[in-house]
Amino acid sequence: MADIRSSFVGIRSPNPFWLASAPPTDKEYNVVRAFKAGWGGVVWKTLGLDPHIVNVSGPRYGAIWGADRRLLGLNNIELITDRPLQVNLDEIKRVKRDWPDRAVVVSLMVPCEQACWADIMAKVEDTGADGVELNFGCPHGMSERGMGSAVGQVPEYIEMVTRWVKAASRMPVIVKLTPNITDIRFPARAAHNGGADAVSLINTVSSITAVDLDTFSPEPSIDGKGSHGGYCGPAVKPIALNMVAEIARDAETRGLPISGIGGITTWRDAAEFMALGAGNVQVCTAAMTYGFKIVQEMIEGLKNWMDEKGHADLASFTGRAVPNVTDWQYLNLNYVAKARIDQDLCIQCGRCHIACEDTSHQAITAMVDGRRHFEVIEEECVGCNLCVNVCPVEGCITLEPLAAGALDRRTGRTVSPDYANWTTHPNNPAAAAAAE
Amino acid sequence: MTDGAVTGGAITGGLLDAGVAAGRLAPDEYARNFADLHPPLDRHEALVAADRCYFCYDAPCLNACPTEIDIPLFIRQIATGNTIGAAKTIFDQNILGGMCARVCPTETLCEQACVREAAEGKPVLIGQLQRFATDAAMAAGRQFYQRAAPTGKRVTVVGAGPAGLACAHRLAMHGHDVTMLDAREKPGGLNEFGIAAYKTVDGFAQAEVDYVTAIGGIAIEQGKALGRDVSLAEICGGCDAVFLGMGLAGVNVLGVPGDDADGVADAVDWIAELRQAGDLAALPVGRRVVVIGGGMTAIDAAVQARLLGAEEVTICYRRGKEHMNASPWEQDLAASKGVTIRHWLRPKRVLADNGRLCGIELEYTTLADGRLAGTGETLTLAADQVFRAIGQSFVADPLAGMIALEGGRIRVDAEGRTSMPKVWAGGDCVAGGDDLTVSAVAMGRDAAESIHRFLSL
Repeated sequence: MADIRSSFVGIRSPNPFWLASAPPTDKEYNVVRAFKAGWGGVVWKTLGLDPHIVNVSGPRYGAIWGADRRLLGLNNIELITDRPLQVNLDEIKRVKRDWPDRAVVVSLMVPCEQACWADIMAKVEDTGADGVELNFGCPHGMSERGMGSAVGQVPEYIEMVTRWVKAASRMPVIVKLTPNITDIRFPARAAHNGGADAVSLINTVSSITAVDLDTFSPEPSIDGKGSHGGYCGPAVKPIALNMVAEIARDAETRGLPISGIGGITTWRDAAEFMALGAGNVQVCTAAMTYGFKIVQEMIEGLKNWMDEKGHADLASFTGRAVPNVTDWQYLNLNYVAKARIDQDLCIQCGRCHIACEDTSHQAITAMVDGRRHFEVIEEECVGCNLCVNVCPVEGCITLEPLAAGALDRRTGRTVSPDYANWTTHPNNPAAAAAAE
Repeated sequence: MTDGAVTGGAITGGLLDAGVAAGRLAPDEYARNFADLHPPLDRHEALVAADRCYFCYDAPCLNACPTEIDIPLFIRQIATGNTIGAAKTIFDQNILGGMCARVCPTETLCEQACVREAAEGKPVLIGQLQRFATDAAMAAGRQFYQRAAPTGKRVTVVGAGPAGLACAHRLAMHGHDVTMLDAREKPGGLNEFGIAAYKTVDGFAQAEVDYVTAIGGIAIEQGKALGRDVSLAEICGGCDAVFLGMGLAGVNVLGVPGDDADGVADAVDWIAELRQAGDLAALPVGRRVVVIGGGMTAIDAAVQARLLGAEEVTICYRRGKEHMNASPWEQDLAASKGVTIRHWLRPKRVLADNGRLCGIELEYTTLADGRLAGTGETLTLAADQVFRAIGQSFVADPLAGMIALEGGRIRVDAEGRTSMPKVWAGGDCVAGGDDLTVSAVAMGRDAAESIHRFLSL
């Protein structure tokens, strides 16, 4: 049986599934319920200075949905904890005492003054918590006060504050990054340079989920007005995966532990983040949508997959996908794939045809010999994968690579066994210049 | 499918009364038994159902619809909260979309073609979604069409059934003045008189006639039957074009001894009587009922006989299950209501005792060299009521030989033109149709377009 015990920057937990700093980890009550359900750890909802902040009493969340009202994206304008600091500290201390095998990390957000950070670090250390996470990510509300993403968007501030915190404490320090930035590698490098033990990402994406077309207020609407919130949930997973991978493969931050966050809903999502270099994962929206019980599926699913694939422990697959993330210019231009439609699985919806016909390469039939029939026209197929993506039946359309030596009927050329990329392609003016 | 056939607990006094008797059930059971077969979808149900549509290209459902309603589009409109727009999409093709949503055999049309039927054996609930949209528009009193400027042309439409109404609406839309002549006391044709009550409750057929004729320019004259009250020549002399949509007035007879016995009736008449009955408890029904036939009419009569409290109802059909015109879904409906369907039996003799119907003798049949033949073996079923549901026929006499027929019905071309100039026809009275409401609507609509082109020359 696969061993999924996790040790992330020296913080041990029975599994790699932590609850992210967010509403589910705001109170002892919720955290105890989470631990009873099986979560490996929590990042306690962000603490700040007293007097504690206040939240709006109108809607704090907005959402977008897929078919059958499946929640795909959630946005929030809730701020950091709105309870007195000491209440939180007391609860953290009690929870860590009662649940010594679980990870308890405390998220923090105080003004960019060294004394503030030194002061709160001492208080957190006193709780016996396993570490801290610096919230440089929240894009709403607190950023207007010079905290959260306002710090995370300025690498120099990240490095400065991280340095203060490391100087003030022996605890592991995780720096949580905002995705609301052009190139995620710069804040990650800054955290690294400041001495961070790890980074965690992504925090939420600045967003407006909808507009009420009667009142013309953005959603969520508070008395007719709205303010951008932080977007999370399955919809942001691809953005998060890319940012995790960018940090994992960056020469300056390679080896820096990463806690993966962003739309993780199933064991599979978690495994993907870890394959791209995340040492563990943090979950929020999935728990807020379905409750804490989902961790059971995550634990069992991950174990079953690891057993099936022969991964004895987390380390045996963590980071395995990182070497396969490359720049476009290094992709093999001699690789040729063609779509193939399994006629036994096809339900004749025709979406592959119309997608290809209207918006792509006119490479799928609609009618053959007077009969409704969807079939790939290899002479036209560029292997773009759009048909695979729009087909409602999983596995019905697949992209099949042509073997070396096979004829690509679109170009009339045989498939080369050699790897060749853009850097040496004759159409690349830079390549031509280099050759001269 | 709704649950149990005849509701109620203990056997009431009337249930076991011999002969043909009224009031077999407790008073509240009638309302329950004849309630809406498919209760309308509420908003949540409709959204869940609409979410399942894949918005197919060249959608098989659309192609399976005789009126070619753009089903993927209207379902997408429902899914996006544009229910009224969905209704317009439906009415653009089928102004009787509300009734068709209730009575279409969707399981053999759009829903059979639905790709999710292929994928999971569970089609999108197209019929019920169509009802959701059309009901919403009708409840809101939304009229989507205005009459064009009056053309001064007059068209007479014979028969205010589905074909006639669809034709009249489209003609009125094009600015022509339409006079509808209808033989009955109420318009609607089979929608009003020929469909099981639980498929169209709460006076929907009349509400739909009102909705359709609200466009204006349509006058309906009731009690005017072609041949009886007015001749074809007279009609043709008084207008610019004629559409014949008078349906099938004749009923096939059993052609066996005792066919005319008291207690033997035409299913279509009884169904009409039931639809018009003010008080179902006052409508007599046999304790043991036999229905001869294998189509929708047989099912409608048999099921309603059960729902009225008949103890035993048996449909006898002369061929096999696979030959029945009633869809498998309708057959299952009948079975679920406690109707017994027996195959390979044809009537041989209606039995009477002192002039009172007491049973029917049937002969087993078989196929010999592809032809139906009696085996000589017989079966006698006790019965105090027998319904004939072995098909209807076109009564051609009113045409006075002026219009060519084909197989006993009016011959028309692809646009609905008959052999007689300025005369079109559609619906059940024309040859080559499938006797479906939705097909009648399509023919009426298309004939109206053809008439309009003719009148615009």
